[in-house]
Amino acid sequence: MSVAAEPTSPLRERKESVRIAVVGNPNTGKSTLFNALAGMNARVGNYPGVTVEKKIGYARWGDLKIELVDLPGTYSLSPRSKDELIAVEALLGMLPGQGHIDLALCVADAGNLERHLFLFSQVLDTGKPAILVLNMADSAEAAGIRIDAKALEGAIGASVVFTSANSGRGLDDLKEAVQLTLEKGKREAPPVLPRNVVEEIRELSAEHAEIPYYLFERAVLDEKGETEKFLASKFGSRFEETLRSARARLTGAGIDLASIEAESRFAWAQKVTSQVVTQKERPERTLTDRIDGVLTHWLVGPLVFLVTMFVVFQTIFTWATPIIEFLEGIQGIVGDFVGGFLPAGALHSLVVDGVIGGVGSFVVFLPQIALLFLFIGALEDSGYMPRAAYMMDRLMSSVGLSGKSFLPLMSSFACAVPGVMATRTIDTYRDRMLTILIAPLMSCSARLPVYVLFVEAFVPDRRYLEFEAFGTNWTLLGLQGIVMFAMVWLGAFVAIPVAAILRWTFFRGQSAPFVMELPQYRLPSWRVVLARVYEQCQAFVVRAGTLIFATTIVIWALGYFPADRSSLLSFERRIEQLDEEIETLRDAEKARLVKEGAKFELDPETGEEIVPNTPAIDEKLAAMESLEANANELRAELLEQSFLGRAGHVIEPVVEPLGWDWRIGVATIASFPAREVIIGTLGTIFSLGGDVDESDTSLRAELDRATHDDGRKLVTLPVALSIMVFFALCAQCASTLMVVYRETGSWRWPVFCFVYMTALAYVGALLTYQIGSRLLG
Amino acid sequence: MLLTSVENSERLTLDALPRNASATIVRVEGDDAVARRLREMGLLPGQTVRRGRAAPLGDPVVFFVRGFRLALRRSEARRIAVDRASLVSASDDSRLDERIG
Repeated sequence: MSVAAEPTSPLRERKESVRIAVVGNPNTGKSTLFNALAGMNARVGNYPGVTVEKKIGYARWGDLKIELVDLPGTYSLSPRSKDELIAVEALLGMLPGQGHIDLALCVADAGNLERHLFLFSQVLDTGKPAILVLNMADSAEAAGIRIDAKALEGAIGASVVFTSANSGRGLDDLKEAVQLTLEKGKREAPPVLPRNVVEEIRELSAEHAEIPYYLFERAVLDEKGETEKFLASKFGSRFEETLRSARARLTGAGIDLASIEAESRFAWAQKVTSQVVTQKERPERTLTDRIDGVLTHWLVGPLVFLVTMFVVFQTIFTWATPIIEFLEGIQGIVGDFVGGFLPAGALHSLVVDGVIGGVGSFVVFLPQIALLFLFIGALEDSGYMPRAAYMMDRLMSSVGLSGKSFLPLMSSFACAVPGVMATRTIDTYRDRMLTILIAPLMSCSARLPVYVLFVEAFVPDRRYLEFEAFGTNWTLLGLQGIVMFAMVWLGAFVAIPVAAILRWTFFRGQSAPFVMELPQYRLPSWRVVLARVYEQCQAFVVRAGTLIFATTIVIWALGYFPADRSSLLSFERRIEQLDEEIETLRDAEKARLVKEGAKFELDPETGEEIVPNTPAIDEKLAAMESLEANANELRAELLEQSFLGRAGHVIEPVVEPLGWDWRIGVATIASFPAREVIIGTLGTIFSLGGDVDESDTSLRAELDRATHDDGRKLVTLPVALSIMVFFALCAQCASTLMVVYRETGSWRWPVFCFVYMTALAYVGALLTYQIGSRLLG
Repeated sequence: MLLTSVENSERLTLDALPRNASATIVRVEGDDAVARRLREMGLLPGQTVRRGRAAPLGDPVVFFVRGFRLALRRSEARRIAVDRASLVSASDDSRLDERIG
């Protein structure tokens, strides 16, 4: 008979991986520790049915295969919502397809042991072997806090490890402690709850050995909590009856069930802390207090916030430009190179116009997305984001929301999909619905490509407040940056009246409470920030590779067929032939001049020798030019006859008041799957109808050259602004609508979202063009 | 009746604390999600709380409790009753501030 605790087989012979759950309060450096342990080797997904993020990391420690399950940051393991229940079920190993958890790492702030012992004592009650990880140990030591690890281990009945995930300190100790705990199994947990409470829980639990003890503890302690509902649906009314009488007995014994858990756990935590922690005199004003003195100052705070936001958007605009130009250059080279191997015809067009033109034109926006997330990640990890929520709460409550809506809305500036998911932290239905419905109005990163494209090409590059320093010119304000800033904030601005209207109509009632910890400031961890940047860029590229790629191909096909291209092909062949003939003539002329000993002028740009044209060359050039003009006319005609062109002409009357032509209208409709698709569709449409021999084939140049049928320039400044306003306000994003459906559980809300946003977008674009064209001519 | 109204008039809640003053909690009212969250964060009877600064627009307010900063709206702070006798006024603290510089 073996009486040993798990694991039953010796650790060394273990074949399957060791599954470790990582739990902890928010702001304990939990993600930094997770990243330090798993590196970039992590997979992010969702638990089925709910939107709790499921993050699993893989590592190998010596002979051990490790699987790290990162649970969302939480102050307690008492589930009050379906999501919190999922986190508890994950820890208890009750979720199908996830498997047994072997050990729990509870990450705590070494600088505030007492408070974090609350969660740890709950972790102990789950019955999992646990390790207390005292993270941020360096800064705790710097604050004069000394913790007697041996005494602490004795008091809590578990291993204690000091780490500083930022510097990598203690990671080896942690790995060692994991192996030791796995070998030794769970130790006796200290008694925390009063004896009669524990006895009632044991009695309830004894009848259902297949359900973890911890769930019965929750059922007794959390009246009307999620666990009670879960167990009641499983065991029926008889269980509810038993539970009610157990509670009645405890209340009769003078126990207040609403506060007994917090009181006994904190009493225990206080006792343990007083035994193991010694602290030199605590400074009255810490560094964080001093920083807060500035950053949350009544005047300076909001100013710093506004300036920070402004600088972020100015910077991602100017810093990214050289990288974008570089990528555009590569796109051109790849297009020419690949195009050179392919014979003219459908395949050539598919690859060069469809694939390279379509996909290439938005991959170039990766630098912007990376930079934006670099900033968001750094602001979040430094502890500034909760301050922003705190400063914004009053403002948000004036539109009927709370500062809690600020973070979901702020993340919607990156993408509404995680933003809508993040609304799960809002605990009232009404605030959550309001936030979900206005989140898609925030300027997500998919709008950024649209703004960048049109701002760079059509907003004059006017600079104000220029000055010279350190040998370079610096610009404090640029018109392009200002327009960009305005576009990014337009949606948020419009969201205010929208929220007010929703509040008066569909969602009346009290707003959610605001209970938020303001963590200590710290230097952002580059690991966490870079991991965030990497995850977002990866998600963008994956989307580019699937959804957007597929749409591009479909749009290309709709624009290419049906058409008889034989005459265009013969035009193209003759142009090519003429081009070769001109080269031959030039070479001959050059050879003749060299023989005569003539000197050549150099082209100031390319540095090549300029051969003067002979009358024969001029003649051929003229012929080629007229051929090209004919070919372009034919291309435009073919595009108009295509499926896409026909559809475009049907909707043209609708988009004409916006200053658009049928091509822009079609590109907009085709971008329903995702906003950034418009870049691809515009690229495909304009290069199908465009001039392939033009040296600058970037979309920007194509759009700039495009004209109406009567030769007027198509994209003027008012038109560019009207397109941008439309994209700022529209709901062209299938993923967002899907996630709204999933979160609200009804098709009513995504349909509502789409209709109201499209109406707003149309009216906004209409006003912009009609007013803009009158003001700007 | 009269007795309750006298009690009520003397009842001091967290939101009424002057800046930098501290007092000990007597009771967190209610049994809803907010009350439970506050208790889980350690706002329990006997615990000392110091009031920090209000946000730029006057609400919420920062409170220092158990070594961390907690931002609460005035409407939530009103649910936390504190002991009037335990009140340590701001002037004591400001003297402390002067000493530290």
